[in-house]
Amino acid sequence: MQLMKKHNRKKVNVKLTLAAATTALLGGTCVANTNNEGSELDAWSFDTAVLYYGEIDRVTANEVMLGATKTFDDESVLNLKFTFDALTGASPNGAVAQPTVQTFTKPSGNGEYQTPANETPIYNGFRDSRVQLNAQWTQPLAANYTVSGGVHFSKEYDYLSLGINGSLAYDFNNKNSTFSVGTSYFQDIYNPVGGIPEPLGLMIPGSGDEDVDDPTRIGKDDTKLSADIMFGFSQVINRRMIMQFNYSYAMIDGYLNDPYKRLSRVNSNGEAIDYIYESRPDSRKKQSVFTQAKYNFGGAILNNTVLDVSYRYMWDDWKIDSHTIDSRFYIPVGNNSYLEPHFRIYQQSAAEFYQPFLNELNVLPNYASADLRIGEMTTYTLGLKYGTLVNGGDELSFRLEYYTQKPTNAGFEQQGVLASQDLYEQVNAIIAQVTYSF
Amino acid sequence: MKTQIKRALLFSLIISATGCSSLGVEPWERDLLAKKEMALTSSPIDAAFDDHIYFSKEASSGGKGFGGGGCGCN
Repeated sequence: MQLMKKHNRKKVNVKLTLAAATTALLGGTCVANTNNEGSELDAWSFDTAVLYYGEIDRVTANEVMLGATKTFDDESVLNLKFTFDALTGASPNGAVAQPTVQTFTKPSGNGEYQTPANETPIYNGFRDSRVQLNAQWTQPLAANYTVSGGVHFSKEYDYLSLGINGSLAYDFNNKNSTFSVGTSYFQDIYNPVGGIPEPLGLMIPGSGDEDVDDPTRIGKDDTKLSADIMFGFSQVINRRMIMQFNYSYAMIDGYLNDPYKRLSRVNSNGEAIDYIYESRPDSRKKQSVFTQAKYNFGGAILNNTVLDVSYRYMWDDWKIDSHTIDSRFYIPVGNNSYLEPHFRIYQQSAAEFYQPFLNELNVLPNYASADLRIGEMTTYTLGLKYGTLVNGGDELSFRLEYYTQKPTNAGFEQQGVLASQDLYEQVNAIIAQVTYSF
Repeated sequence: MKTQIKRALLFSLIISATGCSSLGVEPWERDLLAKKEMALTSSPIDAAFDDHIYFSKEASSGGKGFGGGGCGCN
């Protein structure tokens, strides 16, 4: 009996390792079993987590995630995941700070709000909640082949996203090497509050009357299609080390604007004369290469500590390129606990059509956006996680992280009154998470 | 710079692919690799939260997994 149990556990571990290799392609769409040692065949395991994300004076998000995993006798694995998040707070509207009070139309087009002098214009009535459902099925197809397929549903007040994905993994070289190929397809519908604003259209003062149509709105909703393909290769180097290499190509078509973002148009003295809605190309092609290494240290001092380092290089036809280094260090503490410091650094260049404001003397470009998220920036994440086994095998973990986003000037001159304004305000956020797996 | 990085990554990929027959372990040597903390994505819940946060705040997504749509946060 004892032998049978041990055999089953070993089988589950191998199976879950294979499932993890396959579903590594699927990133966040899969919740693999996080409690291998306690797994039994044909049994459910569950992950529950709450997360708080809070920016100082900006957006706050509260998120709940519930994951369930069932491993069947035939080594198939079913993952189900439910996510709910609620967002409130303030988000920059894209306009530049001015030495005077500024008045903006609300995103709905009805009513106005004001930004005090010398402050980054933000809209603080931002409020949304989102429900997301994912299901993923992974199973061995034949000797050394594993297939996986999944569906995705996400709905928030002004956005609907539907997605499917599929992948195939082939193990060879005594299961030390794995090639995988995966693809995903998403169809999203954006239904912004107040409708779709005309790209580069002038923001007109809010009427305050909901029955009055805003002539700058050109439609009620619009769609976005995303298709990804990814090729992966993982290799066991030796008993202590495994590596992963991915190449991915993504095509995104459709409505890629942020309908709530505007740009200030300024005169030669830097004073805002009006505001226009942003305009981005209606397609984007992204590519990335990703590599990851995990190493389990030996020796008396570092015994069983694990270093996890990854690097991603991404580039796209908007002329954005980015570098990401992500590292974690798993340190066992006693027999049942661990500490995991986390450090991530991310650096991106600006999109070719990014500009913090427009000059009134210049001809309007086809595309322009002042969204700092496609501007030049460096971000840092520093965190620590503590996990411990409780109740004979369940895992309880706490994670606390600090995220800093430092936008930088990509070479734009700030004339006149803009010279004394901070157009690249730093964002600081706290991330706190509690996870319980059983 | 971009070309150099691509070449370096391609080079390491080729080295890994061609050298893989001499790499790896026997089935009975997988004791450490089978540990949860050695999985390529050892904390899928953390990874899902992180993907959502960084997708919302930065211009890049995916790479490790798919980086498609999913929410209206970017």
